[in-house]
Amino acid sequence: MGGTVMNKTVTGNSFTKGNSMWRYTFIRLRRNYLAMAGLVVILLLALTAIFAERIAPYGYATQDYMMIRKPPSAKHLLGTDEFGRDVLSRLIYGSRVSLQVGFIAVSIALAAGGMIGAVAGYFGGKIDNLLMRIMDVQLAIPTILLAIVISSVLGPGLFNLMIAVGITAIPRFARLMRASVLSVKNTEFIEAARAMGASHTRVILLYILPNCMAPLIVQATINVANAILFAATLSFLGLGVQPPYPEWGGMLSAARPYLRSNAYLSVFPGLAIMITIVALNCVGDGLRDALDPKQKR
Amino acid sequence: MSDYKNLLEVRNLKKYFKVHEGILQAVDDVSLSISKGLTLGLVGESGCGKSTLGRLVIGLLEPTAGEVVFKGSNVFALDEKGKSRFRRDAQIVFQDPFSSLNPRMSVFQLIAEPLLINKACRNRREVEARVMELMDTVGLAERLVTSFPHELDGGRRQRIGVARALALNPDFIVLDEPVSALDVCIQAQILNLLGDLKKEYGYTYLFISHNLSVVRYVSDEVAVMYLGQVVERSGNMVLFEDPLHPYTQALLSAVPTIDLDGEGKQKKRVILEGDVPSPVDPPPGCRFAPRCFRRQERCSSESPTLSEVKPGHFAACHFA
Repeated sequence: MGGTVMNKTVTGNSFTKGNSMWRYTFIRLRRNYLAMAGLVVILLLALTAIFAERIAPYGYATQDYMMIRKPPSAKHLLGTDEFGRDVLSRLIYGSRVSLQVGFIAVSIALAAGGMIGAVAGYFGGKIDNLLMRIMDVQLAIPTILLAIVISSVLGPGLFNLMIAVGITAIPRFARLMRASVLSVKNTEFIEAARAMGASHTRVILLYILPNCMAPLIVQATINVANAILFAATLSFLGLGVQPPYPEWGGMLSAARPYLRSNAYLSVFPGLAIMITIVALNCVGDGLRDALDPKQKR
Repeated sequence: MSDYKNLLEVRNLKKYFKVHEGILQAVDDVSLSISKGLTLGLVGESGCGKSTLGRLVIGLLEPTAGEVVFKGSNVFALDEKGKSRFRRDAQIVFQDPFSSLNPRMSVFQLIAEPLLINKACRNRREVEARVMELMDTVGLAERLVTSFPHELDGGRRQRIGVARALALNPDFIVLDEPVSALDVCIQAQILNLLGDLKKEYGYTYLFISHNLSVVRYVSDEVAVMYLGQVVERSGNMVLFEDPLHPYTQALLSAVPTIDLDGEGKQKKRVILEGDVPSPVDPPPGCRFAPRCFRRQERCSSESPTLSEVKPGHFAACHFA
């Protein structure tokens, strides 16, 4: 409808344009300053990650043997670590890994868990039983153990790390999704959709999912934080990103022995993780409210 | 298309649900027919199987036995093409306009849904034009097109429900208690709207309700249900003036009346004893027998069949 003549009748207006659910969601999201602030922070972080080479003052593995574990100074804004590497540069490069792990691992978990939960809840019966028992089995295995097994089978590396972290989070999403689907499934509007002849796919995508998104989105934003920390744990065990490539969680654990003498070494990576998580939670909260049309003033 | 006398015929329809305690006979051996352009009112108390029957009739539920014949062919034996045709021809309006509309969809999306699902329009422009036309038909203001259901009152919501049902130009519409969730003044609006639509487009309605006054107002024929069975059926006025089945008599005597003259000619109230028995594994014999004031020995062993007692007036009672 874009550049055509402005119609005077209602029919020509933009109310039917594109996927109006998302359009309205964005309009409502824009009114939420906290969420917008969070979004800006996330975007800045993403830009930092993309243009790391341009922004970082030093390379992530460049060592300066005269500057070992030196506190912040004009030369090294956030100080240097135990190998004389610039902390700021390492944080900038580290944002690549941490953001990727956080987002992609959660996307894997959200997509797979959401799908499993939706199918289990919608179809019920034997399919439900089968899928949810598999999820229960997975929940019974300690997540850290499971992640270690998966990443040692797949081998170390960034992508395998994301898969491992993602898989461990699937049951949480699946259970949450199934519970929401069950509460929506028996409403009359689903029956109305079936009476109109809507296919199962259409019912799930247009009727069930939009009404189940709220808890899932909140869970997802919280899980991004978990995933970043979880990836750090695996890196710490040598199963994640291999040194010398930096990663926030890895930096945090490497700084642990110097907590008393050089606290800034753990404070800055910690701050980086915290800022990311707070920003994500703001966006998540805002998105949840924006997705609910009842919140519209 | 073969010839058919009645637009819709229900033959020996049964729907049983398996529950923990046994088999719930929601609809048990019901036969009905509706001629084109008429309204059949279906009355009965809560839980008697009216809504289940309504859902069976438009194919939302599969029957345990029996058939629904629409325009001369059995609905449950149709091929894919026939099924999609039937879906266009038979629609339903639900009872609760607060839960039957997807809260995430705007009025436009809600009314456009049946058009999009059944690919009834060639392009976006046609969909928009049709939605506007439908909104006009059911009396929704154009400006509401971008509203969401929670912003509207019950009457407007139910108008969306009606517009949605009309979208595909059906012949037959099941109205499942379309006004019982609404305020009385809005009830009248919706009933008048439905009446006008019927006059203009010649729709055939199956009007399900527990409200006798409403049924009397809208129906051409009436069927009374009790525990999954039709106990009495006749042309509208006859049934209200001269009920034959004791259950119908009791039901009618319970309708509150306003005595304007103050003459005190109160109807004799028939008070029923006991409660509705469970539809799970009902006992043999007449299902109404345990509460009937005309009960005799024969009633608890022999089940009465729906038979023509007077011309055009059917009742299922040994003593009618």
